[in-house]
Amino acid sequence: MKDTDIKRLFYAHLFCVFSIILTTFIPSLFLEEFSVLETHLTWLCICSICVTILNVALYLLVKPNPSSKRSSISHKISRVLKSCVYFSISCLLYHAIIVLYGAPLIELMLETFLFAVILSTFTTLPCLCLLGPNIKAWLRVFTKNGATSIWDNSLQITTVSSVIGAWLGAFPIPLDWERPWQVWPISCTLGATCGYVAGLLISPVWIYRNRKQLTYKSR
Amino acid sequence: MLKALVLLFLAWVCFLFYAGIALFTSGFLLTRLELTNHSICQELPGKGPLVGGGRGEPGACWTAPRFSRAVIVLIDALRFDFVQPWPGGLPAPQPFLGRLGSIQRLLEAQPQHARLYRFLADPPTTTMQRLKALTTGSLPTFIDAGSNFASYAIQEDNLIAQLNNTGKRVVFMGDDTWKGLFPGAFSEAFFFPSFNVKDLHTVDNGILEHLYPTMDRDNWDLLIAHFLGVDHCGHKHGPHHPEMAKKLNQMDQMLQTLVERLENDTLLVVAGDHGMTETGDHGGDSKLEVMAALFLYSPLPLFPRAPLKDPEAVPQVNLVPTLALLLGLPIPFGNIGEVMVDLFSGEGDTQPLATALAQASAYHLNAQQVSRFLHAYSLAAQDLPPEELQRLQNLFSSASSEYERLLDQLKTEEVREADIQALISQLRLFLRGARTACTETWAQFRPARMIGGTVLLASTCLLCLVTSGLASSPDFPFHCLLLKSVAWGLAGSALLAGGLMAGGSGLEPALLSAGAAATSLVAFLWNLKSRGRPPMAIILPGPLPILVLLFLRSAALFSDSFILAEARAAPFLLRSLSLFLVAQLHWEGRLLGGWPTAPCLSSPTVSMARREGPRALGLLVGLLLCVRLSSLFLRCPEETPVCQSSPWLAPLAAMDGGQAKNLWYGACLGALGVLVLSVRFWLRRCGNLNSPAPPVLFVRWGLPLMALGTAAHWALASGSDEAPPRLQALVSGAVVGLPRAVLGLAALGLGLLLWQPVTVLVKTGASSSNPIVVPFVGPPASQADLDYVVPQIYRRMQDALRGKLAGGGSQTPMALAAYGLGSVYSAAVVTALALLAFPLLLLHTERISLAFLILFLQSFLLLQLLATAIGNPAGSSGPFSVPWLAISAWALTATQTFYSTGHQPVFPAIHWNAAFVGFPEGHGSSPLLPAVLVGANTFASHLLFSVGCPLLLLWPFVCEGQGSTKKKKALASGAEVEREKEEEPLMEMRLRDAPHCFNAALLQLGLKYLFILGIQVLACVLAASILRRHLMVWKVFAPKFIFEAVGFVVSSLALLLGVALVMWVDRAVGSWFKQLILSQER
Repeated sequence: MKDTDIKRLFYAHLFCVFSIILTTFIPSLFLEEFSVLETHLTWLCICSICVTILNVALYLLVKPNPSSKRSSISHKISRVLKSCVYFSISCLLYHAIIVLYGAPLIELMLETFLFAVILSTFTTLPCLCLLGPNIKAWLRVFTKNGATSIWDNSLQITTVSSVIGAWLGAFPIPLDWERPWQVWPISCTLGATCGYVAGLLISPVWIYRNRKQLTYKSR
Repeated sequence: MLKALVLLFLAWVCFLFYAGIALFTSGFLLTRLELTNHSICQELPGKGPLVGGGRGEPGACWTAPRFSRAVIVLIDALRFDFVQPWPGGLPAPQPFLGRLGSIQRLLEAQPQHARLYRFLADPPTTTMQRLKALTTGSLPTFIDAGSNFASYAIQEDNLIAQLNNTGKRVVFMGDDTWKGLFPGAFSEAFFFPSFNVKDLHTVDNGILEHLYPTMDRDNWDLLIAHFLGVDHCGHKHGPHHPEMAKKLNQMDQMLQTLVERLENDTLLVVAGDHGMTETGDHGGDSKLEVMAALFLYSPLPLFPRAPLKDPEAVPQVNLVPTLALLLGLPIPFGNIGEVMVDLFSGEGDTQPLATALAQASAYHLNAQQVSRFLHAYSLAAQDLPPEELQRLQNLFSSASSEYERLLDQLKTEEVREADIQALISQLRLFLRGARTACTETWAQFRPARMIGGTVLLASTCLLCLVTSGLASSPDFPFHCLLLKSVAWGLAGSALLAGGLMAGGSGLEPALLSAGAAATSLVAFLWNLKSRGRPPMAIILPGPLPILVLLFLRSAALFSDSFILAEARAAPFLLRSLSLFLVAQLHWEGRLLGGWPTAPCLSSPTVSMARREGPRALGLLVGLLLCVRLSSLFLRCPEETPVCQSSPWLAPLAAMDGGQAKNLWYGACLGALGVLVLSVRFWLRRCGNLNSPAPPVLFVRWGLPLMALGTAAHWALASGSDEAPPRLQALVSGAVVGLPRAVLGLAALGLGLLLWQPVTVLVKTGASSSNPIVVPFVGPPASQADLDYVVPQIYRRMQDALRGKLAGGGSQTPMALAAYGLGSVYSAAVVTALALLAFPLLLLHTERISLAFLILFLQSFLLLQLLATAIGNPAGSSGPFSVPWLAISAWALTATQTFYSTGHQPVFPAIHWNAAFVGFPEGHGSSPLLPAVLVGANTFASHLLFSVGCPLLLLWPFVCEGQGSTKKKKALASGAEVEREKEEEPLMEMRLRDAPHCFNAALLQLGLKYLFILGIQVLACVLAASILRRHLMVWKVFAPKFIFEAVGFVVSSLALLLGVALVMWVDRAVGSWFKQLILSQER
């Protein structure tokens, strides 16, 4: 592992963080009456799209796993299509899990689904970018000794921290503070976003500090 | 370790917990008996003539009325300094100072007409309790025993009831708390919602809209206006906010207008029910909360003397007898206030003697009434100290005779005013003494006891934690420690009893048990400490997520919002826990193993993991689904527009639609059927349904019978109105008989289970060449056997026994097969649970049966998931222990089920109807049976889950058997009999292999479960004592504490029963083996 790798990771993550920060106030220049809390769904869409574009662009630029042997057009297209299918499946799965966790089933369906979408954006999309549509690889990465590069490590950290952020976001909902951000699903989406940002910031630092212990087997 | 010792130890720990809870309760929950006697207009409270009273006059009761009408303006949280006159000219440094200028002007301009008092509220300073005090003249406590918990209506004698009795009309406007307290008592009422503390204006503006028109009309005798704005402003902004100035200005204007419209025969009372702290809260007993304001005004001169420089302090209850006598009403029966003497000056008379006489007569009436109340109360309850009562009685009789003597003297000669003044001061002494005695008993927290109880609970939790870590070590001398500490405890309580007797105070059970508990606890911990410190790692409930979970659970009990939302929070945590479990499995590579990057795992484990992966996922999804479905049965703590209870909690009889009713009834029948069938199916699968033992027969025939009885009862109960008249008698008989029959069947089943708990079928078959007893491997006898039978044998134990009994001499070549030996313990526990579930089911409404079905399914899935995830104990031969994770999940499930069977920890949400199941006519006077029925209904989930707690220990062993049956089927019978024999699953017989470890494991399990429950109680106790000034303490925290404490008691008793059941089965299995071997010998 080289320090340059960590540097690349760090800059890539910084880009992501900035883009998320930008989504909170750039749209208000173009859209009237835009605010993160009041027009939350719009912000969710913007944020999700932004993160998606940035992730894909960074993946194309940085190419963390340059090990694709076949590179025919048809193969690429099938990969992209597969990724899209996987992404939508993950949205549906997240939606199901959120409903099982106690979200209302019928009311606020759109809100719940957008929450699922943003969670997928923070967790599934990086997986798709880094590992491709390959469930086996995903499952491998999320085991104790499964990471094979610092990218895998950062994937672990950002994914887990986004999910934990969303989980923690559910805690203020029952409180009687009557703040606008306590409304479902705002606190959860904000929690997920904060978790994702925290994961983005923590992972390079954590990897840098543990760079001695991290030894990857080549596969 | 002996079995009895384990039970004794657990019982001792339970006792420690109970003592802590009792001690805390005696300091925190103030109780009082509510008497329902009423004062009667025509009947004086004692003997004696009346001075200046017109008994025969119309409209007069004990005295002639001074005012015919009164206006009471109650300004919630009107602290004394809000009203205190503020010297003119100076700018007020605080927004609440000097805002009520109209009162100040009246005080200065008309000192004979107006008077300001400091109005001392008694704690708890919460609105509802204060309203009770302001109308009954008593000191309401949190639990007014004898009151009907289902509604808040005041049962005691009170001013409003007296007004109604004498045909006067009461008009009310304002806070809707009054609606609950006095249902139907007002001739006209304008209620406004008090629920939203953030809303400053709805109530006040509503009152202002109706106040003046009502004033101008003539259709009332008492007008009550209860303003909430000041209180809400305090809660929202605190007293130092400019908003408070606006609110007080509004009140000032209102008073100004009101005074202008007062007529001459009307008394104006402006009062605050309590004060507020610097942050605007109330509920406790600090000076600022207690010090409210009282202002009296009459358009006619009222006070003979000029006011004192500093306003007099008057206890809140004093307003009640004063108002009663001024309005010509009897003083409410339970009043303990004293009349405010300034207001009784004799009409128009300014002569000192006449004034003094009028005052003495008012005082005497008041004293007679209080003495009558004390007498009635001491007959009904013993909590007032008898010596004090005796002293008061003596004081009263001497004052009374003095009064009569003075009256006699008055007829013949002049009476000196000094004599009357002496009498007045004597009567006053009596009244104040009575009030002090009552206050000390009813209205004061006892901080020492609260702290003592908390400390006791905390150290018992610590003890549970430490000993559960130590229990696994085999040479831990529990019995000598236990004996020592019990001896110490007895000695301590004896000493304490001696001390108390010598001190002259009565023996109080709470104190005595606390003393015993504390001494024995200290002795135990001391002995433990002298044995050396155990490492921290064993003790702490690890891993980290469990600590986090425990912390979250306890921290949530400190927030009223989270207590109200626990019905959603507990399932949330349960889901998170199970999801975490599976995620962790995956992280460790045990869920879907099989890639080369996991080199640490050997191949057989991986292959097993491959099979178990989808299974664990399936279990997880099932569990999540169950939890989600069970949330359909939630009830709201309070019906608000935001929160609607599930409509499925209503009984079917309340439904009117025929088709829907039938469908629901069918669904409930289905739930019953599935419940019975699944228990049977599980027992069959484990092979415990073959034996001819009576409990098995009962499961085969008795359970369906119970289900049938339940179904029939539901059918009759839900449709009893539609029955033809000829059958009415039959139907009502069946409604009484069926629930009792089901209960009797359940009791019979449990009796059978205790009589012969071993549900094992033994087959002695063809001889075999093998000298030791081999498992049954031949073709099964019946088709039923083929599907499920797990041939089991208990070899090693038997070998040992055989060696002992026969001396190894005669080894008869016999083959033996025992069906269901491997699950003999859990079969007994599951049967007991099913038998318990049916009577409990009957106590709930019909549709809760679906929730019960989910309960059983969910706990089954949870047990399976835990057994899969935590791994089988087969590999380890060491001490068996149940991880903290499993126990926390189990306790969480119990909590979640409490809510999902339609319960809430608030009193109005208790299912009172359960008391009438099987007793449709109600009960006689005995409160015990209905209490048991309602308690069983409320704590059904605590009961079931605690009895089922040993399953946590047993289930992994049972699962081991299921795993290997499959394996064996795959292998097919044959080739390697030898190897197969090696792999023979011992299942629960592993536990019997190591009786020492078995007992220790049960002890550890019990201690861990008690710890988890105890931590919750401890958190409730801490929350209730730290937040005893919180607005919600009597509404949320105290009820939560009571439910948690009672739930703990029920759970711990049920846990003892469950553990005892397993031990009983173990004993029976032991004697069964002995018999078996003896029969083999022959």
